[in-house]
Amino acid sequence: MSKQLRTPAANVRGLGASRSGTGHYIRQRVSALALIVLVPWFVMSGLFAMRGGFDSAQGWLAQPLNAILAILTLGAAFYHMRLGMQTVIEDYIAKISTRQALLILSTFFTIGVFAATALSVLNIWISAS
Amino acid sequence: MASTQSTDERPLSPHVQIWRWHATMAASIAHRISGVALYIGSALIAALIISIAMGPDAYETVYGLILSIPGRIVLLGFTGALTYHFANGIRHLIWDGPGTGFSPGVASMVSIFNFLFATAATVGIWAMAYFS
Repeated sequence: MSKQLRTPAANVRGLGASRSGTGHYIRQRVSALALIVLVPWFVMSGLFAMRGGFDSAQGWLAQPLNAILAILTLGAAFYHMRLGMQTVIEDYIAKISTRQALLILSTFFTIGVFAATALSVLNIWISAS
Repeated sequence: MASTQSTDERPLSPHVQIWRWHATMAASIAHRISGVALYIGSALIAALIISIAMGPDAYETVYGLILSIPGRIVLLGFTGALTYHFANGIRHLIWDGPGTGFSPGVASMVSIFNFLFATAATVGIWAMAYFS
């Protein structure tokens, strides 16, 4: 405490007490803007491709434009999901150790599943060309 | 912080259990619940995409799982969560960006619209999947 020279007010000004809240707020909303465009495309385009069986689904992601849009959708979605789940965890889990463990798990889950899905799409695209 | 017991009888703020339910409150809670549902449900979509890269056998297995009765129930819930979170998310962006729609009448109306939109869009997407 003795080394804390900044006043409590100084800590709160600028980026706020947590020092990172504004960034989270903006990222959550910018990724939402991207998803407004990407999700309807993904649902409509994907729905018809998946229904046609394996060849149709594979052919869908073999198209460069579809593969690129799918990877963008997955990136924006998993990014948005990580940010949203962070808010939920921070709201409900008061115990610091549990909270941190869940935040780390959520980061691993979203980045892990994003990598797995994006690399799968990339693999389908590259294998086809 | 000498004692944890409060000595004066000040009124407590209303807790979630004694609020009268209204549209904006339901919309707010549904936004969070649908967000968490989509987080969990994303694993299903991820499994489907990964299975395409793995080959026809893996794809048929995952696709068959989704087409089973429990799979269809989960997918129906996922569609509802997605369409609701989508509509209510746009409302949040309108709240945060242009900063309009805060008056109680408009906010309640938009909340009810979002629930109706999610229902209609879910029915629409499933009808398209069945009849196209």
